[in-house]
Amino acid sequence: MWNYSDKVLDHFHNPRNVGTLENPDGVGEVGAIACGDALKLMFKLGPDGRIADVKFQTFGCASAIASSSALTEMIKGMTLEEAAKVTNADIADYLGGLPEQKMHCSVMGMEALEAAIHNYRTGDCTVRELKDDPLVCTCFNVHESEIVQAVQINRLTTVEEVTNFTKAGGACGKCKGEIQKILDRILQRPAAPEAPKPPAAAGTPAPMTQFQKMKKIEEVIETEVRPMLRRDGGDLEILDIQGDKVVVAFRGHCAGCIAANFTKNGLVQKKLRDAISKEITVEVVPGEEA
Amino acid sequence: MKPRLCYLDNNATTRTAPEALEAMLPFFCERYGNASSMHEFGGTVRADVDAARERIAAFLGAASPSEIVFTSCGSESDNQAIFGTVEALGPETVVITSQVEHPAVLQPCLKLEERGYRVLRVGVNPNGTLRMDEYSAALATPGPKLVTLMWANNETGVLFPIAECARMAKAAGAVFHTDATQAAGKVPIDLSALPVDLLTFSGHKLHAPKGIGVLYIRHGTPIRPFLLGGHQEDSRRAGTENVPYIVGLGKAAELADAELRTGEIDRVRALRDRLQQELLQIPDTVINGSLEMRVPTTLNVSFPYIEGEAILYHLSDAGICASSGSACTSGSLEPSHVLRAMKVPFTSLHGSIRFSFSRYNTDEDVDQVLSVMPGIVRTLRALSPFGH
Repeated sequence: MWNYSDKVLDHFHNPRNVGTLENPDGVGEVGAIACGDALKLMFKLGPDGRIADVKFQTFGCASAIASSSALTEMIKGMTLEEAAKVTNADIADYLGGLPEQKMHCSVMGMEALEAAIHNYRTGDCTVRELKDDPLVCTCFNVHESEIVQAVQINRLTTVEEVTNFTKAGGACGKCKGEIQKILDRILQRPAAPEAPKPPAAAGTPAPMTQFQKMKKIEEVIETEVRPMLRRDGGDLEILDIQGDKVVVAFRGHCAGCIAANFTKNGLVQKKLRDAISKEITVEVVPGEEA
Repeated sequence: MKPRLCYLDNNATTRTAPEALEAMLPFFCERYGNASSMHEFGGTVRADVDAARERIAAFLGAASPSEIVFTSCGSESDNQAIFGTVEALGPETVVITSQVEHPAVLQPCLKLEERGYRVLRVGVNPNGTLRMDEYSAALATPGPKLVTLMWANNETGVLFPIAECARMAKAAGAVFHTDATQAAGKVPIDLSALPVDLLTFSGHKLHAPKGIGVLYIRHGTPIRPFLLGGHQEDSRRAGTENVPYIVGLGKAAELADAELRTGEIDRVRALRDRLQQELLQIPDTVINGSLEMRVPTTLNVSFPYIEGEAILYHLSDAGICASSGSACTSGSLEPSHVLRAMKVPFTSLHGSIRFSFSRYNTDEDVDQVLSVMPGIVRTLRALSPFGH
């Protein structure tokens, strides 16, 4: 079991301010069910401009629930200017600390609050202007600005710490090099020399066997397609692979969506053709609604 | 008041059988001799080690007790089987395994891949059973081959058809290893009727203590020793024989054998089935893994829209021990590789709970879970933005 503080366990067992508000002034939603945790936070301002009421709903582990609950207690009565200054470190401190690997729960709280305040001020649902903010971790949908913020607030120095605080790099690990570069830039360390690329295999590659092709199709779907769909609350399942024909079904928000056809031709087929063979065709069978 | 302990995490580890402990005790303070010594005090201990080896050979249906090698744990047996066989077969060896193996097989395979070996990982169907078409295609790969497939999955209890897999492997000229850690004592194993070359199992999963494992090595199997430094175990595994634990494992194997023969295992199966039946009354509950091809002692169930660690903490408050495949409990940020390979939908992926039974469980344990589970699910769904 994790070494949770008494305060974490108290907020887990007796979460404060659970639920939703009618006509909230600001709503912030972060995380996704696919990523393992998600938080929806909403608040109402009083006539004095202070947060009069705040509610949350959390899908996640004990420390995610405790972090959300703690956050609501902390910001009640604050002005938005005060609330905007609350960091993940404040949430963790309020709870008497969190295990290092669970710090991302406190970051989720901070980001939901940030999103809710942004929503109040602009009416937008997303905080970040994505085109200037590269996506670093496709598995957990973590943008560069989130990593920079976590590094600065918590004075992080290693990739492992960044993973503990933001989850970035915690699944396939392909973005660890990118995270290191961001760290080096913030800490103004000279960049390490690029690791030498492994030598290319000798000779021309043999044509793929059907086994290898099936495996490659699964790999491309798993690492390149599903993360992109999951970002929008959707998903995709391979039902069958017959020669070059791949039969898939969309799940979650993608199912039955008008965009599914576009998604199929624009994304799935292109990714598979680029990676494997121009002969690949994708067939979609009707999916079930989420 | 502290709640009654309800232990339903027997795939993690089991209670040491009091009979096994009793058999072990004389070998600590009284008969503590080294089984390899050239004096009578140690020499008499050798007879007890041999007797345990015979019991385990009988338990597995092995042709000879000399095919049983004692190790420190299941992980050691898996490592020895994989690295030892590949070393004997040479650098061209292709390793064929599945996507849902225990880390004690997954990690050695990854290590071999880093060293330049080819590793083919066969997928599973949504119910966790092996993709036989893929397996067959993988076996068609030319060159020397090692197949390593688990008999029963530790997370779902799903059984692979090891008899058929072993026969297909032998027909393709491959060496066949199976990790039977979660199968031993739960389904009958008879190696006299199966062309299995290597088999792993672990003591503490069948009521022997932690710290003792077995690797069965069929006579004639190409394998090199991994742990060097002594002539013990016919020079196949160096290290002074762990006499008390070997004796304890012999007793535990005898008890497990009796459990299978007397139908005690069916009493345990009925407990598991009752829990499954009742939990399905909770809305949206799904069972992970084939209902037919499954050990009688494991139940892997998902409660969609809520998260496993939170469920486990609530269960623990009620005295109940279980485990989960959620990301927060896996020690990484990703949920169970087994459930992902089965393409369990992400709404269920993080809310999976494994209940695993043993001979020490009773109806009272099932009742204890049923008395709190609906409330826990309700509480957490009320908290969840995805709850209904």
